Amino acid sequence: MADQPLLKVENLRIELVTRAGVAPVIDNLSFELGHGENISFVGESGCGKSMTALAIMGLLPEGIGRIASGSILFDGEDLTTASPERLRDIRGNEISMIFQEPMTSLNPVYTVGEQIAEVLRAHQGLSKRAAWDMAIELLDAVRIPNAKGRVSDYPFQMSGGQRQRVMIAMALACKPKILIADEPTTALDVTVQAQIFDLLRDLRRDTGTSIIMITHDMGAVAEMAERMIVMYAGRNAEIGPVEQIIEHPRHPYTRGLISCVPHIVANLTAERHELTEVPGIVPSLRDFGQNRCLFASRCDRRSDQCLTERPPTREFENGQKSDCWHAEEL
Amino acid sequence: MSDTPLLKVEDLTVRFAVKRGGGFGQKHYLYAVDNISFEVKKGETLAIVGESGSGKTTAALAVARLVAAYQGRVDLGGQDILQLAGEDLRQMRRRVQFIFQDPYSSLNPRQRAEDVVREPLLSLTKTPAAEQQAIVDDLFAHVGLRPEQKRLFPHQFSGGQRQRIGIARALSTQPELIICDEPVSALDVAVQAQILNLLRRLQAEYGLTYLFISHDLGVVQHMCDSIAVMYMGKIVEHADRLSLFNNPLHPYTAALLSAVPTVDKTLRQKSRRILIPGDPPDPVNLPKGCRFANRCPVAQARCREEAPELKQVAEEHRIACHLVDESAQSPL
Amino acid sequence: MSNPQTDLETIEEARHPFAEAWEMFRLNHAALVALVILILIVIMAIIGPSLYGRDPYDMVWAPFTRPGENWDFILGTDYLGRDLLAMIINGTRVSIIIGLAAAFVSVFIGVTVGALAGFYRGWVEEALMRFTEFFQVLPTLLFSMVIVALFGASLPMITLAIGVVSWTAVARITRSEFLRIRELEYVMASRASGATNAKLMFRVILPNALPPIIVQSALMVGSAILFEAGLSFLGLTDPNVVSWGQIIGSNRTYFLDASFTVTIPGVAIFVTVLCISLVGDGLNDALNPKLRAR
Repeated sequence: MADQPLLKVENLRIELVTRAGVAPVIDNLSFELGHGENISFVGESGCGKSMTALAIMGLLPEGIGRIASGSILFDGEDLTTASPERLRDIRGNEISMIFQEPMTSLNPVYTVGEQIAEVLRAHQGLSKRAAWDMAIELLDAVRIPNAKGRVSDYPFQMSGGQRQRVMIAMALACKPKILIADEPTTALDVTVQAQIFDLLRDLRRDTGTSIIMITHDMGAVAEMAERMIVMYAGRNAEIGPVEQIIEHPRHPYTRGLISCVPHIVANLTAERHELTEVPGIVPSLRDFGQNRCLFASRCDRRSDQCLTERPPTREFENGQKSDCWHAEEL
Repeated sequence: MSDTPLLKVEDLTVRFAVKRGGGFGQKHYLYAVDNISFEVKKGETLAIVGESGSGKTTAALAVARLVAAYQGRVDLGGQDILQLAGEDLRQMRRRVQFIFQDPYSSLNPRQRAEDVVREPLLSLTKTPAAEQQAIVDDLFAHVGLRPEQKRLFPHQFSGGQRQRIGIARALSTQPELIICDEPVSALDVAVQAQILNLLRRLQAEYGLTYLFISHDLGVVQHMCDSIAVMYMGKIVEHADRLSLFNNPLHPYTAALLSAVPTVDKTLRQKSRRILIPGDPPDPVNLPKGCRFANRCPVAQARCREEAPELKQVAEEHRIACHLVDESAQSPL
Repeated sequence: MSNPQTDLETIEEARHPFAEAWEMFRLNHAALVALVILILIVIMAIIGPSLYGRDPYDMVWAPFTRPGENWDFILGTDYLGRDLLAMIINGTRVSIIIGLAAAFVSVFIGVTVGALAGFYRGWVEEALMRFTEFFQVLPTLLFSMVIVALFGASLPMITLAIGVVSWTAVARITRSEFLRIRELEYVMASRASGATNAKLMFRVILPNALPPIIVQSALMVGSAILFEAGLSFLGLTDPNVVSWGQIIGSNRTYFLDASFTVTIPGVAIFVTVLCISLVGDGLNDALNPKLRAR
């Protein structure tokens, strides 16, 4: 069991039914997540990062999204064929998720303690008393000061950062094997973001939970993850160890994502470079799934081949893979 | 770039009345901007950075006369714009324009793109119609939009294109000062670079002066000549770009800088992350000492008792902290 | 200056938001059918009387002739022997005019009050909303009866009475839309561009607040027609003018013997109001940007 990955997604294809027709919002995606590993999905909005997370959770929008082919193996069990009951059992118990907007993810009419205790009672069958005590413990674990007092606070009495901590406490209540964090700090200030990242790092060390973080911020990836998956228009663009990719990206989109953002550097000098632009925008859903490189229209290296044929996956050292016709030249 | 300040803000204060404890509760005031002073030199860019609740956007709106200031002076080329009314106020609006944060809500959905850009010309100038059209056409080309897009409505554009329209609108009256309120924070990362480069190009081309509001230190580092850091309505540190990023003196600035995730490996390994615990104090019920004292890793008894003044510690470097003196050494 | 962003996209046609709304509206088949029926009813109101030349006041045949008994009078005759079809056709005009005019009155008052309250806030809002609440708690039918009884049962007075008692819903909707929109950045942007308050209110905010107001006004036409019918039924109407409600009102005593004299104008009211509701529903779908995103 030890060398088997905790989560193995193979050739996943998710189709979305829209007014314009059926579009592959996830197109042939494969990746693995090891025990206790932290991977990040990176890309602009509309690239299918969140859709991947929802697919793993079995929460695709009903009647609109469906898994067309491929498999999601969680501990050897294929989630694409699992029954709704089994999925519900896995959700919250073994895989849980925190969202971008801590303001709207909590129910405003219940205290945070009630909401955490509710999860514990539903999934672990704890008694009311035990669940409440556990809720206090969890709030303490996510470093809410004076957890005993704050447990009976309502969400509106907490700051954005504290609410996100409560969400994390709820997500961790059942000691899940995987925690999916969808842009967990986008709505928060940087100093609060630093607190949350610190917390997530410590929790992972203490509990061995694997984390999948979805973000658009290369800096956050560099801080948090061991491996990253760069997604573009529903497809893998590049995958591999974070340091290695940042050092030497093998896909023009990854390169663009890294260099288009003005990063803080160690020793700032007076000279300033113009930022690298990635021109244009992500194609709309109706253009997904074409047999060509979907990034070609924004790419300065495009050749005729890019426009006529979908690039194959090329492998490099340490498991770095890139879906680009020009990966070797980069 | 000359040394004369184009904009000189002195003791600017903005307060809002807040109700506490039901309809008949006593009136309290929230000092969103509390007695701040700064200057922007002609042709340069000053950034005001801070987290949510710091008052940076309110300060910008007050400078543009879009919220009422409670007291202070905002001097634009020798004229206190807080005192203006009527025709003078319209003249001032022509000289100071605003670029808004959210390109999805800053364009009127019922106006065509060209009418959005023309609106300031119509309301603020007496430009003849034919000339207006020439100006609009020219601006479209300058911000990177195609002429055939003039007749489209805002929802037919992407976020980046909408922000280009917003920029063209701000440029239409040939303003001297442009206030950019988080102009890229609502955009996707790859699109941010397009807009930031455009803003810098336009600045060089037209000799624009920017007051740049942002929470993103990376963007600020790239865009600005000097930076004022705000915390809870006060400026805590104000320095030129190199001093602030290479030698941050205020513990809050240092913490803010260390909190920014970065891909720069040396910086990540070199810098010690300064985690500041807890949350900012209640803005209506502020502590009497330094507003950062409850989260500051090096706070002393004096910091909780006495509010520090903003003082000059080096050329182009002002700081409000008891623990920093003329030697300009970081207290951390 | 190169702009790679735009040359990737196909050129879109400039489409007014209302053009898109019409496309959404067309997808709602019930509303489309209702709209066609409504148009037919309006055409009937305009040219019906001249096509079907019989005077609705002429006593032309024996009273209570049932529909189908005499093919000259397809819908039969009323208690005075007047042609019901002629009365229905002529009544259409009055009912529609009263519906539209009363809705216009209530929209005019409602939008003015709501816009001022939502835009200026503070004591203006307090005062205007208390004023609105005062009208809201009045028993509407009773109040309009008092107006008509005091000032006489002429058409303008009936229209005014209906408008005065039904503007509060419009005022509340307008105010809440104004409260929402005035905080949006494009209003601030217009202010920065030197727009006056009047311009902000009527040229910037109001057009964007229109969708729910339009829906509400459409429904208002329907309820005004019903209201007029109610007043006529109680006899509070101009006896010299035929309206659907008035036909019902004057024939009501003979309901048990000749129910068709009441049900036929009743069906006319029912169909018209139902169609208006369906169109209003379709407008709601078409003008709601959240639904349009799909």
